[in-house]
Amino acid sequence: MAETTIAPVPAPAAGEPRSAAPPAESRLGRMGRELLVPLLAIFTSLLIGAGLISLTTGSPGTALQAYQGLLTGALGSPQALANTLLRATPYIFAGLAVALAFKCGLFNIGAEGQVALGGLCAAYVGYAVPLPGLLHPLAALAAGVLGGFLWGAVPGFLKARTGAHEVITTIMMNYLALQFVGLMLAGPLKKPGSLAARTPDLLPTARLPMLVPNLGLHSGVILALLTAVAVWWFLYRTTWGFEIRTTGANPAAARYAGMPTIRNVILAMALSGALAGLAGAVDVVGVALNVSRLNLGGDRYFGLGFSSGYGFDSIAIALLGRSNPFGVVAAALLFGALHAGASTMQFNTHPEVPGEIISVIQGLILLFVAADAIIRRVYRVPASAPGGATLTTGWGDSL
Amino acid sequence: MTLCGQDISLLLLSVVITALSFATPITLGALSGVICERAGVVNIAIEGMMLSGAFGGYWAAVTFHSLPLAVLSAVLVGGLMALLHGWLSITYKVDQIISGTVINILGFGTTSYLFGQWYAHDAPSSPGTLPTIQLPGGRELQSLALIAIILVFVLYAVLQGTAWGLRVRAVGENPHAADTVGVNVRRVRYSAVLVGGLLAGLGGASYVPGYIPAFSPGLTNGYGFIALAAMIFGKWNPIGAWLATLFFGLTLSIQNNLQSCKVVEGPVPVGIVGMLPYIVTLLVLAGFVGRSTPPAADGVPF
Repeated sequence: MAETTIAPVPAPAAGEPRSAAPPAESRLGRMGRELLVPLLAIFTSLLIGAGLISLTTGSPGTALQAYQGLLTGALGSPQALANTLLRATPYIFAGLAVALAFKCGLFNIGAEGQVALGGLCAAYVGYAVPLPGLLHPLAALAAGVLGGFLWGAVPGFLKARTGAHEVITTIMMNYLALQFVGLMLAGPLKKPGSLAARTPDLLPTARLPMLVPNLGLHSGVILALLTAVAVWWFLYRTTWGFEIRTTGANPAAARYAGMPTIRNVILAMALSGALAGLAGAVDVVGVALNVSRLNLGGDRYFGLGFSSGYGFDSIAIALLGRSNPFGVVAAALLFGALHAGASTMQFNTHPEVPGEIISVIQGLILLFVAADAIIRRVYRVPASAPGGATLTTGWGDSL
Repeated sequence: MTLCGQDISLLLLSVVITALSFATPITLGALSGVICERAGVVNIAIEGMMLSGAFGGYWAAVTFHSLPLAVLSAVLVGGLMALLHGWLSITYKVDQIISGTVINILGFGTTSYLFGQWYAHDAPSSPGTLPTIQLPGGRELQSLALIAIILVFVLYAVLQGTAWGLRVRAVGENPHAADTVGVNVRRVRYSAVLVGGLLAGLGGASYVPGYIPAFSPGLTNGYGFIALAAMIFGKWNPIGAWLATLFFGLTLSIQNNLQSCKVVEGPVPVGIVGMLPYIVTLLVLAGFVGRSTPPAADGVPF
């Protein structure tokens, strides 16, 4: 994925022989062209989704109904908009987490586990550590950040010191998180007297302040947007951010320049984990108010279903947003909208169109964004600039 | 002698048989991973391929009411998903992890969607499960378990002893050198990925119709990733991977059997046993249990 485009040759000065150079391209034009492929990818995926619905239900009318429902459920009412924002919030954090890791050339598939740890730590502070006023939710969030940070640091350390590829180590950490949280929920952190494996409810003082109480919209979304700005600032305005980006773009050059690669890799993975942990923490403190095996994230099934869920969705979001914090926010809003609209879509259609169609659409979006040559060929979009960094080159890579 | 309310030898037998049962899809998934990665194509999409295969098996089972067709369908669907993975990563040179991610998301989404659209509301009648092997003590094991073990040795023999196997290994270690002597790197990689997909599809068949007659969304429950860990633990060797899957199957089985055991009180031992395979894989990856080196060109597009 190209970060910068090579500027075309500017028009020659007056009096000099004209060369065959194209006119200089405006910055807006360049941005428009960069956005074209993702937008076309989204459009094509929606089209194929509609086609799939038409084929499997035997009537194109159902597809239309389905998309109508999707739109209504995502944007059609204040409650819908609130739902979209609520669903997008954890995706913003998780997408930022994956994007930050990408900037360092690392694949963080451990979002699921880091989210879980973050949620658990936040829940613990939420029910066991009473603090006055705003301090309580902030402390809970900080605990979540710490939990995710540690869970991300381990694969980071293993990668930096032993070369163990972070894809597998983060997947293993996901399983470990599942086991560990299960252990905690059934034992030390269990709600006394409860049959289900769950934490006690959070104290009322631990709740995040609400933005619009009627709609259930809590301030987590503001926090998410602020975090996106913070991540942007970190990556592009601080030395550490610069080092992380350099390590991702060219590890050899970074080492040659004397940048402490080992520290940077661990830092990137740990911060990535911290962001994902924040996703879990915000979810618990904003919505769920306790952690149980089945309840991490309100109606979100905490079964560490690797086929679905934060882990892979956040990869798609990070890629769709081109690992840029603001792109990630946009992509997360899109995914949030799709999720928010899914249940309305199910209600709206007869025969009922299952919500999982949005997973198909999301998978297709990722496919077309990753293999953008397909889009380019079909829609005849010229390539903008030579390719970007290779993200992985095998399992045993040491830096 | 009794333990957990059962005669100890019967308990051990139960644990072993359950272990073999758990190990079957993991073995097939690990073999799938081995053949793909020995050819140099990273495959984290085993989960998606297995899940799709399981759905394919279910679809054929309820549509044609034939168990052999169900198994065939599962295998072919797995192969299809693998071809998509190959198309993206070999032809379009998409990063292989991302391509694998696409397969996983599409696999889960498509199977869950189709299941919900077609079968969730009126569950069709199914021809049941595959025949089982009768074991002493009245226990049984699905036939695919035996086939999986046979395939372990078949794959080993193919990799070590056939011309194709040699080409696969060459292409995974040094594709440029292989290209120089006239090996069609892309075609070999495609064929290896296809075989991997067929194996993963068979892994899906070990769920439906091997183990249960009906599909449900997310059926494979992450076992495709355990297979990945087993492959690494087994050092990209079919037999090593198989031994690793036996280990994983054993820990899963012990966890399973301990749940109902009163002697070992509380969730802590169960949880620790559950964590064992993953901790061990981490240790293997970190190089504490011998060096685990992947094929040299694993993950590098040609």
